[in-house]
Amino acid sequence: MAAMTFAQKVLSKASGKEVHPGDVVSANIDLAMSHENAALVLRSFKEIGAKEVWDPEKIVLLFDHRVPANTTKAAEGHQSVRKFVRAEGLPNFYDLREGICHQVLPEKGHVLPGMLIVGTDSHTTTYGALGAFSTGIGATEMAAVWATGELWMKVPSTFRFNLTGKLEDPVAAKDVILHLIGEMGADGCDYRCAEFIGPVVDAMSVSGRMTMCNMSMEMGAKAGVTFPDERTRDYLKGRTSRQWEPLLSDMDAEVEKEFDMDLTGLSPQVAYPHSVDNVKPVEEMAGVPVDQAVIGSCTNGRAEDLLAAERILHGRRIPDSVRLIVVPASREVYLWAADSGTLSSLVRSGAIVTNPGCGPCLGAHQGLLAPGERCIATTNRNFRGRMGSPESEVYLASPATVAASALKGQIADPREVL
Amino acid sequence: MKGKVWKYGDHVNTDVIIPGRYLDDYDVKNMARHAMEDLDPRFAKDVAYGDIIVAGRNFGCGSSREQAPLALKHAGVGAVVASSFARIFYRNAINIGLPVVEFNAADMFENGDVALINLEKGVLINETNGRTGKFVPLPDFLLEILREGGLVAHSAKRFR
Repeated sequence: MAAMTFAQKVLSKASGKEVHPGDVVSANIDLAMSHENAALVLRSFKEIGAKEVWDPEKIVLLFDHRVPANTTKAAEGHQSVRKFVRAEGLPNFYDLREGICHQVLPEKGHVLPGMLIVGTDSHTTTYGALGAFSTGIGATEMAAVWATGELWMKVPSTFRFNLTGKLEDPVAAKDVILHLIGEMGADGCDYRCAEFIGPVVDAMSVSGRMTMCNMSMEMGAKAGVTFPDERTRDYLKGRTSRQWEPLLSDMDAEVEKEFDMDLTGLSPQVAYPHSVDNVKPVEEMAGVPVDQAVIGSCTNGRAEDLLAAERILHGRRIPDSVRLIVVPASREVYLWAADSGTLSSLVRSGAIVTNPGCGPCLGAHQGLLAPGERCIATTNRNFRGRMGSPESEVYLASPATVAASALKGQIADPREVL
Repeated sequence: MKGKVWKYGDHVNTDVIIPGRYLDDYDVKNMARHAMEDLDPRFAKDVAYGDIIVAGRNFGCGSSREQAPLALKHAGVGAVVASSFARIFYRNAINIGLPVVEFNAADMFENGDVALINLEKGVLINETNGRTGKFVPLPDFLLEILREGGLVAHSAKRFR
């Protein structure tokens, strides 16, 4: 058989035939995730008229965007999904206490290498960090997946990013992916599968790889992937009892483009308003005053991220003029932060810690911005009005940079604070 | 189909098409009331049934929220023409029955011109200045989904 990319291999397996970039195939879905917008999915599902879901085991539902419910309408949405879950007897339902979908699904062992996963959330690309092919879809097509287990998909071509060199502490995965998005542009990877390989990726934790794959969609990628290794094996140990085989790209398979990037000497990166590809090194804009700092989200709300922030803030206190909001990505992360003392240290430094969830990232609740206010956040989007008023500004950066900026009351270089 | 043109630039994202603060409400009429609010506050007030959006690159980038094409459709938008689309928006639009045309038409139209689109033939005409463009029509199975009003109606056939 000819050499194949990762995307070709997964979609060949899912469609039962050998596929090539550009082919449109009907693919069998291994796992289907929805959060609050399951309310929208089930409305279409009922209209389609299917009697029951295709496979209850393969559907995972949870609430994370508005938890606990922030409006009566949100509460009604939760209620309608709970009723459906009970009526259908869906076994994989996590109510509002577990945290963000993209953190909870890997933690609970739902995600395995080589799977084809769809979710009604654009950051579903996160699961690529465990070697799954994983992408965001809409609510109506999810209803069709619930009914049939199948979805039409175009086989993407591949952009391969060979990341070499060595990151200099405290430069992290977030800085790498922001840099890539800045280089590629917000649509630079449209429709492609982005493969991240090389020594920088090998040295990254699964947590860092999740940050990379999560934000690969911000340059338009259909899926982002890092390939399984010993770190993946360690991560999955104790989370799943199912057997799995790594599915890797053949390195001689035809890819559309290869990018070799030496990241030695990379500065901490910041995305300036109002687009994620408006990226500059932190030193260029250090000194811009901030009113709020947010550490959390599916991009950067994990143990490693909280630890990176705590390391900078430990024993120090942020000024009263800054609101620092910390949102652990999941209950597991929250408990770890509590047990390890990270949480109390952050609170002593002046942080407000909220329950696990998407928090203020999408501008629903827990820290919205007034006109003229500026926020630096570890989240994934800085579009106009994303976190509140259309006249506010959001800057994106790593947990270390956000913590340093909270401490200084202005955008700050974490290398100067450590 | 035929309608008045609303012209926008590159990277029109889903947060400005329908801001996150309104996503707790699944009533399409309420979504439509806030369509494009953070980019163009006049839009939702003045858009007429059948109007056509003409935009640049990467239209609909950002969130997977289906409320974005739903808000446009229920505000009255007849079609979106853009030089490129973000992939989830593109799928969502077809799935909810909002025609999308991938074509760089920015130079063909001014705001308020009247556009005529033939989806099957792949023809775009500016009735105001007489300029025409040709685009590659969608594959038949997607045109069929659009004709049936979206994926729900299309899939429902399987279960009848």
